[in-house]
Parts: sequence; C-alpha cells; structure tokens
Amino acid sequence: MHLAAHFPGVNSTTVWTDPRSRSQIDFSSFEHLARTAERGRFDFFFLAEGLRLREHNGRIHDLDVVGRPESLTVLNALAAVTERLGLAATVNATFNEPYELARRLATLDHLSAGRAAWNVVTSSDAFTGENFRRGGYLDRADLPQVLGSARTGGTPYTRAAEFVATARELWDSWTPDGTSRPFTHTGQHFEISGEFTVPRSPQGHPVVIQAGDSGEGREFAASTADVIFTRHGTLEAGRAFYADVKARLAAYGRQPDDLKIMPGVTVVLGDTDAEAQENAAEIRRLQVSPQNAILALEQVWGRDLSSYDPDGPLPDIDPDLGSDLVQGRVRVADPLAVAAKWRALSEAKGLSIRRTVIESTARQSFIGSPETVAADLEKFVATDAADGFILVPHLTPGGLDDFVDRVVPLLQERGAFRSEYTGSTLRSHLGLAEPVWKG
Amino acid sequence: MSAIRPLHLAAEIGGPPRYDAASHVALARLAEGGALDFVTLNDSFARPGPDALAVLARVAPATTRIGLVPTVTTTHTEPFHVSSAVATLDWVSKGRAGWQTDVSTTEAEARLFGRRAAAPPAALWQEAGEVADVGARLWDSWEDDAEIRDVATGRFVDRDKLHYVDFEGSTFSVRGPAIVPRPPQGRPVTVIDGTSGPAREAAARHADVVLVRATSPEQAAALADELRRGAAAHGRDPDSLRVLVALTVDLGDAETTPEPGLESGPQLAGRGTYFRGGPVDLAELITQWHRGGAVDGFHLTPITPERDLERIVNGTVALLQHRSLFRTFYPGGTLREHLGLSRPANRHAPARTAGGTS
Repeated sequence: MHLAAHFPGVNSTTVWTDPRSRSQIDFSSFEHLARTAERGRFDFFFLAEGLRLREHNGRIHDLDVVGRPESLTVLNALAAVTERLGLAATVNATFNEPYELARRLATLDHLSAGRAAWNVVTSSDAFTGENFRRGGYLDRADLPQVLGSARTGGTPYTRAAEFVATARELWDSWTPDGTSRPFTHTGQHFEISGEFTVPRSPQGHPVVIQAGDSGEGREFAASTADVIFTRHGTLEAGRAFYADVKARLAAYGRQPDDLKIMPGVTVVLGDTDAEAQENAAEIRRLQVSPQNAILALEQVWGRDLSSYDPDGPLPDIDPDLGSDLVQGRVRVADPLAVAAKWRALSEAKGLSIRRTVIESTARQSFIGSPETVAADLEKFVATDAADGFILVPHLTPGGLDDFVDRVVPLLQERGAFRSEYTGSTLRSHLGLAEPVWKG
Repeated sequence: MSAIRPLHLAAEIGGPPRYDAASHVALARLAEGGALDFVTLNDSFARPGPDALAVLARVAPATTRIGLVPTVTTTHTEPFHVSSAVATLDWVSKGRAGWQTDVSTTEAEARLFGRRAAAPPAALWQEAGEVADVGARLWDSWEDDAEIRDVATGRFVDRDKLHYVDFEGSTFSVRGPAIVPRPPQGRPVTVIDGTSGPAREAAARHADVVLVRATSPEQAAALADELRRGAAAHGRDPDSLRVLVALTVDLGDAETTPEPGLESGPQLAGRGTYFRGGPVDLAELITQWHRGGAVDGFHLTPITPERDLERIVNGTVALLQHRSLFRTFYPGGTLREHLGLSRPANRHAPARTAGGTS
C-alpha cells in the first residue's frame, strides 16, 4: 500500500472554524503536516495549486480558505526538514514553459536528493489566463487545442503531453555520467533549443503524477504518468477505474505496476464505529455552514439565491444553464439533472436546503474505528480498487496526527504498509524503476 | 552627510555550479555567522546551475537570520509566478527574502523558451521595472488583516481587503489579486544591479538596494547621489535606498601585499571591480570608503566562495566588528530590519493602520 498526504485548503473540506485550525500559510503548518507524514512513513506529501482566486457572483469567494504559498518554493524548504518523504507539487502545464519548469523540478530533485514529483494539471479558461502573459494566447490559433476540459471531452492534453515529453527530453539532455549536450525540440506547441543547466537528477526524472478521469485523461496517464490521482471513493467505482486504466498500459509497452492508482480520500476516526459516524456528521455540519449551503445551491442553479433560507425548502425555479456565476472552479456538468436529483431527495426525506446539500455533496470515504479503517483500506488494495491513497485531512495542520498514531501502526501490524523506508528516493518508495536514459 | 550610516555587508554564495544543498547551506551559515545582511545567489537560464530561488528556499529553514536574495529574471518568466515565488520565499524564511531583479538579453536564452526574440537592454529593463511594480502591487493586493476567520458570518476572508491590481504593462497584464497572502515583510526586498544605465533607471524607481561599481569613493558617492536624486524624482524618500558597492574579491594569498592600486581603490576588471589582497586590506578599504559616507556598504563576490567567504567572515568582518564598524549580532529578524528599512504600508490600507513609510 502507498500513502500520501495532501495539505488541505481552498475548498470546503477544510474546517477552518475548528479551534484547532491553524495558519494555512505559515511554514510551521507545512512542516507539521510533512513531519507527521514522514513519521508515518508515507510515500509523499502533496500540494495543490491556485492561479486565480475563485469568484462567485462576480466577487471573490470568501467562505472557504483563501490563499496559499507557491508549491515548489514550499517543497524546497520542506526538503530541509524532512529526509525521506516524497515532495509533490501541482504545477500547471498551460501557464508555464517547459524549460523553466523542467529546471525547477530538476532542482527540487537535486536539493531533496531524489524526492521530487510533479502533478501535471492543465487549465483552459481565460479567467485564469488573465493573470498571465499566456492569457492572450487563448484568443489565437491554439484555441481548439486548449479549450474544453476533462469534463466536456475536449482536449487540454495535447499541450500537456508535449510539455511532459519536452521536460523529459531536457532531463535526458545530460548524460548519466554528467555531460551536458545541446537539445532541440520542435513540436506543435514548443520550438526550443539550447543547453539545459541542470544535470540528470537523482531519480533520473522526477515522478510524474496526473489527475483526470475522462477517457483522454486516462489515456494520457496510461501513456505518461507514474501515479494517477483519482476521485473514486467507492470500492466498485474504484475497481472499475483500476481495471480500465491498468488495461490501457499495455498499448504503451508498460506493465501494470508502472502506474500507481491513488484516490484522494478522507478519513474520520472515532474510538468506535458509532463514534466515528457521529464525528463524521459533525464535520459535515461544519463543512456545510448555512452560507456554504446557499453557495452550493447557487453553484448548481447558476442564480443568486441569497434571499433563500438555508433551513427552508429548495427553490422551485429551474437552474440558469448559461450562467457564469461561478468562476475559477468547474460548474456541475448537468445542472438540470443535479437539481432534479436534489429536489427528489429533499421531497422524499423532507430535507431543508442545508440538509440536502449535506446529504448530496462529497462525504467522507473511510469512517470508523482505527481497526475498521485499516481493514477497509487494506481491502481496497487487496481487491484491486487502488494501489494506495492520498489522504485529504479536514484540519490544518494536525489533521493527520490521529491517522498516523492510530491507523498506520495497525496497517504495519497487518503487513499492509511499510514499517521503515527501504530506499531514499520517491521512486524507490513507489517501487518505480529509474527511467531509462534516452540520449 | 553628517552622521555615518550603519555599514551593510552582503555576499554572493554562487561560484562554480553546485547542485547539492549542503554546500549552499554551509556558505549561508558561514555568512550568517558574520551577521551579514544577506547572501545573494546569482542565476541565469543560460549557464550551468540550479534554480537560485529554490536553493535559497532550501537554505531558509537551515538558517535563522540572514537575508536570502536569489537572482530572479523577468524576461522569459511570468510576473504572476515570480511574485508568488518571492512572496513564498518570504513566508518560508519568516521575513528574510529579497530578489535581485535581472533581465535575459541573449538569443541563447530566448531560444530556450521560443516565445519571443531577444531585445535590447533598455526595453528589457523597462519591462523588468514593470515586473517589479506589479510584484509590489500583488504583494499589496491582500491587506495585512484580510484573513478574518469570522465564524458568525462564515467568512474566512474580508473580500473588501483583497484588491485586483488590473496592471497593464507594455508586454503583459495581470488581473490579480495575488494567490499568496501579503508576505511577512509586506514587500520582500528588491535588489537591482545598477551598473548599466537602463538598470540604474529601474533601480532608482523600484529598488530597495542598488549595487554599483566604482573605483574610488568619490565615484561611488556620485553614483549614490545620482540614484538618490532619481528616487526622489519618482516621489520616493531617498533615504529608503541602500547603495552597496559591488566588489569581486580574491583573498587567495593573504600573506602577499595587495595589488597596486588599493590606495586609490579596487581595480576595474570586466563588468565589475576586482579586489585582490588580504582580509585586513579589505577591511581597510571598507573602512575608508564607508567613513567618508560615500556608500551604505558592500556586496562582496568571493572568487572562490569556500575559501574567500571564510576569510571575509573570520578576517575582514571580525576586524570591522572589532573596530565597532559592523554589528556582531542581528538585532532584528527580517531582512528589512537588517537594512534599516521600514515595513511598507499597504497602499490600500487606511492611514490609521499604516505601519510605517515606504
């Protein structure tokens, strides 16, 4: 089993109202969570990325955590206070350039002695682009390639695929014995040449992580990624996804073990299963404040519903399909269907707006006593629903303490998880071979 | 100048490319042992070496007081990313970050990116000034008390204290606000090497620290005056500018007499000024130049960092400390405090909450 820790923030998972919630920005918070993960012998520590503050109804969204430091800089600092833990940065392949990013990633791999990973994401919206030189390019001939997203079936992946391939060409432009050789890359998106300034790094190439669930996203991961970050929280969905993605690897000459499947999951513990369920309900209640309930509703309806009572019934008007009320996050794919489903649930159970949102939106993946959770996690891996998990705690920075203190020892007793690191690089933790040098 | 201003000392820890953390940490700790204001780490996309800002982020938790100033280039990078990374260096170092703004003038660098052709320095420095400007605006785009965590209203931030920058530069635009909240120093310290004319113009307008090259105290004083007049012309307080003489030093053979010319100043060599002699001679030169009030201090680039930085700290600096010309400990925690620069008030904050002057 492989385990990773996600630093929570900038979404409604984080319960910032909890008195134990500390800074989302201070380095001490990152250090605490990373040291906890390393104490638990986790594979890696994972940071998300933000390139524009989210907006709602034309104003900056103010109900969730807002703001975060820049990932690669934080991870380089964390390399000073950890020794074995992998360090994964989410960095956009749309609003960056291969040469600069390949250099920053190779630097992190050197400075951490082989612990760097890159979670490749793409962005296609001009909303984000307004912060970048690249923003204008969306209006030019590249538009068909970059428009669309994993959800709408478009193709943000052509630039990303060429981006990753180009980065690997740069990482391979030094020979393993330390000689720099000029590179030339000529492709659809990039035409660059010169000499890379960083020698081949301790892992050969930093580990590549990819998130995405569309057919194209799965294909991109199967062809390119070392780890795929998914959302499939149930055993059945996990097994279907696992079988599908692993089956795609052969077409690229890869073995099933070459790509690790790691869903992002939440865990709620209690001394007993019943107590864990109570804790989970309380966390959900805190995550969906009255204000957040209305906001969640507006994200489906695409309308200003601020006059509605969160403890009252759902609106009887239909969603506005052409709305741009929500900016900076993906709107639900089919608002009419979601609204119909929520109405049916609300009527069947007599639920208020807030109760409906609590019942309908993302819930905890693993809830129970430490014994129950350890058994459930092991079952996922044993039945090919996942190779491991990326844990998303709901508290910063102490949200992993209980898991590491109470669940990890049980996993270790069961022989399901390592008791000590056996290697020093992230590739060795993940059981991934060093990439063959393609000079 | 009536009173002698406090002496400021900084050192470059680059030299031949090194890719491990240990050597950089050792040099930064050595400089910290001498209570130097800051270390710089030079960088460019076209010469061997790791990303300088990343290296100094790696150094940050391994040091406690010394300022950390990587070279950050503005020509082929994204101003929004650059401002985020520098702000984050300030967060991870608890207020010790600066950045030495630089441009990329060569075709070789342009080909690494394939986005734009090389351009004349004047145009690139005009753009670099805009990047410094938008950086400061992004750092101010969060008021210091924007995070409110108001449980009663369910609001994590006060959105009225987050501001769009809506910056329109000659080659880029940025909508804002920043993703990274306002860093501990308010604005990290901006350092510009003012050796070239176009850079000097940007420095007078945007820099907190300017590096100059001079072969005599008189020449250094004239450059400092020019920079301070330029700053005043841009509506800045000229006393908010620190002017340091940049000197490449070779302390390789401390037993020999210094190169001829020490009496009149360091030798000119290439782009920079070059000093060769012993640690005591260097202390003498610093003392003489600083006593006249010509400059605020020195930025020393050791020709062989492991050897020369050790001699600078244990020889030159120790002697300056013995003469009470340089501090023996850090009275403050941030780079701005080392430099005697106040924490800039946020341009959006009402006057009643202003914490100082910029």
